[in-house]
Amino acid sequence: MEIYLPIAELPVNVFLVLGMGLTVGFISGMFGIGGGFLMTPLLIFIGVSPAVAVATVASHIAASSFSGVLTYWRRKALDIALAMMLLVGGTVGTIAGVWLFTLLRRIGQLDITIGLSYVVLLCSVGGMMVAESLRAIARARSGQRVELRRPGSHTWVHGLPFKLRFKRSRIYVSAIPVVGIGLIIGFVGAIMGIGGGFILVPMLIYFLRVPTSVVIGTSMLLTLVTMAGATVLHAATNHLVDAVLALILMVGGVVGAQFGARAGQKMAPDRLRLLLGILVVAVGLRFAVDLVLAPSDSYSIRVEETTP
Amino acid sequence: MRRVSVIAAAAACLASTPAVAERIVSSLSTHQVMINSSFNGLDIVLFGTAERESGTAARTGPYNLVATVTGPREKLVTRRKDRVLGIWMNVDSRSFIEVPSYLAVLATRPYGAIADTETLDRLRIGVERTVLPQQIGPDVADVVREDPFRQAFLRLRQERKLYVEQTSGVTFLTPTFFRASIPLPADIPTGSYDVDLKLFADGALIGHSNSAFEIAKVGFERFVAVSAQTHGILYGFATVALALLTGWFASIVFRRD
Repeated sequence: MEIYLPIAELPVNVFLVLGMGLTVGFISGMFGIGGGFLMTPLLIFIGVSPAVAVATVASHIAASSFSGVLTYWRRKALDIALAMMLLVGGTVGTIAGVWLFTLLRRIGQLDITIGLSYVVLLCSVGGMMVAESLRAIARARSGQRVELRRPGSHTWVHGLPFKLRFKRSRIYVSAIPVVGIGLIIGFVGAIMGIGGGFILVPMLIYFLRVPTSVVIGTSMLLTLVTMAGATVLHAATNHLVDAVLALILMVGGVVGAQFGARAGQKMAPDRLRLLLGILVVAVGLRFAVDLVLAPSDSYSIRVEETTP
Repeated sequence: MRRVSVIAAAAACLASTPAVAERIVSSLSTHQVMINSSFNGLDIVLFGTAERESGTAARTGPYNLVATVTGPREKLVTRRKDRVLGIWMNVDSRSFIEVPSYLAVLATRPYGAIADTETLDRLRIGVERTVLPQQIGPDVADVVREDPFRQAFLRLRQERKLYVEQTSGVTFLTPTFFRASIPLPADIPTGSYDVDLKLFADGALIGHSNSAFEIAKVGFERFVAVSAQTHGILYGFATVALALLTGWFASIVFRRD
């Protein structure tokens, strides 16, 4: 069944888009990530212009993360104080990222920057996750006691001033690394057009030692707030949010996210991290292939966007 | 032999001086293409007759018609990728200013059989001969046809079916009654479209006519597009509300505890 999208200005198959929403929603619910790094390339692949894809995906992520947030909220598995503190840094980072985004678009090197950031970030973050989770699995196999939280093992992060207590996460850390992480997520997210959940989750686990059970709900809460803001901003400035496309993606996304969240809770945390690591590396490699292999056509046409 | 061709050329000259001697009466199957939720591309039919004005000389050859359909104009940037330090990146670009977003050139037969090159060049017949102004420094000008950016531009537009060229796209069903089908792809831009008809006989332009049609979104599609454009912030909040509602609804439906 084909339906015409009023803002993207092309017809799409409803079941194909619904299926994409379901799949990405499942993955996002399972790992507690927004899934923008998967959905945006998929939409571009079916013919939606990159600008409309990025703007519309924001609202889709808002929907699936809200449904996830509610689920984790009932299980008391999210830390609102931590999410708000991350948001402080995230807001500043987003403003800086949007500024650089505009600059790069003006000099015509946005595509290559996005491509390279995807490769570097996804491969390194994903690689680290794979290595760490494999070590954890090997330790568990050899019968060693798995210590995810090592209360005594303090790093330099824990020596910083302005300490705050985050009750739900059962951590007592300085505000500096929390705001700093928010800053990085906001900056990278604005440039790459993603929520940044897949970087946030490992950062919270490894740097701040937030328990895995709380990390996913907290990351989803932050994603919800930033993506809702991004939707309004995109709609107000570029008028490129396609509500019809968004609704189809949302319906698929929220249903998928529910099943994904359930699947995620059943799995061992180290296996979950290994799977996410593999997925992230795979997407990173996909971008690397695009950059290195000769394109089928070295020319491309794009409608000049009317920048204010 | 040479004398014959000279006479023919002179005759062609004479014939083209009173530029428009024939009258074209034409119409389209629709003058308003409505884009609704089930729109998936469309062919609109162009038909009409060529009428000889009384007092003009009889034609020896058959009529030939060239129909040029031009969509709303837009600025399109063509970029070229090249390998830099092992990575493919955009290294060069050209801005095409005010070029047709859609272009269809339909003709009864290959252009060479309709008129000579000089006439074709002068009248800008065919996709290749369309004026495509590029931004070159502070100036705006069309470039030579061999320009790689110009060629790549036309090739990519044709691959997307937004530029169409059919040299057998117009059929004369009787010696004077013609019919053509204008293929509009599913991702056709909205706006007003011009249809320009040029009638040829014996290698000369003998008739000319213009008409137009409109492509517009209607109903719900129009409502969404207009809201997004005129009430951006409200539209954004409405989309977020929709997102929250969908998310909340799913968590209620799938609630187990």
